[in-house]
Amino acid sequence: MSAFFAMGGYGFYIWGSYGVAALCIFLEVFFLRSSKKKS
Amino acid sequence: MNSDLFRFASPQAFFPVAGKLIPWFSVLAGVLALAGLYIAFFVAPTDATQGEAYRIIFIHVPAAWMSMFLYLVMAGWAATGLAMNTRLSGMMASALAPTGAMFTFVALWTGALWGKPTWGTYWVWDARLTSELILLFLYLGFIALKNAIPDPARADQAGAILALVGAVNVPIIYFSVQWWNTLHQGSSINLMAAPTMAATMLAGMLVMALAAWMYSIAVTLARLRSIILERERDAGWVRLQRAAA
Repeated sequence: MSAFFAMGGYGFYIWGSYGVAALCIFLEVFFLRSSKKKS
Repeated sequence: MNSDLFRFASPQAFFPVAGKLIPWFSVLAGVLALAGLYIAFFVAPTDATQGEAYRIIFIHVPAAWMSMFLYLVMAGWAATGLAMNTRLSGMMASALAPTGAMFTFVALWTGALWGKPTWGTYWVWDARLTSELILLFLYLGFIALKNAIPDPARADQAGAILALVGAVNVPIIYFSVQWWNTLHQGSSINLMAAPTMAATMLAGMLVMALAAWMYSIAVTLARLRSIILERERDAGWVRLQRAAA
């Protein structure tokens, strides 16, 4: 399990990429939903 | 021309259609993303030269494709709006821009995090990276310009011209790796030649790209609906819609 997250020493780069991409998608959907409620 | 098709050029006719399509595209996006991530992390083998670092490809390449493709779709709708004077086209272009900007940012960000372990640097002013950064500025400029003009019809026109002029940047990004000596590698996928990567790597990338497509369609339609409500707020049908909601 921890070997999986370590990604052969590249964990920071891989999870930094996937994490920020997931955050961007989350934020986009979040802002869309909040603007929908407001209108 | 088919008049049935043109019926949906009216915001009022398209609004409920978009509402019905959103859940389908959202579910497809979720299922494809899960399948793509499974292939990316559990099926695709470790790369012989890059080790695990290459797994960034499954998010980087689909995001970069979407960033360019969405710009072309946005410019296409902008051009349609200019030529046909259809209100919905300008709204469509506005709805696409934030998602395009998001994918451009993700492509740049993941590229930087991939560059560090493989090239030894997060950033270099190479033709591919620089032109992709310009794409981000074009998206942001398009959004800012439209927001700066209060009259929606004029905002659509001005935005359309910026979108069309900026479209010249897309082939520059795409061909930059052939036209100039770049640190960035050439395309991994060529329609004219056999793929140079393992079949499972290719499959993971394509499934993730499809997920990004479905996501973009769902999010754009949802944003289009808020833009329609915002812009047509004085129309009778929107008032009825509000009263019902």
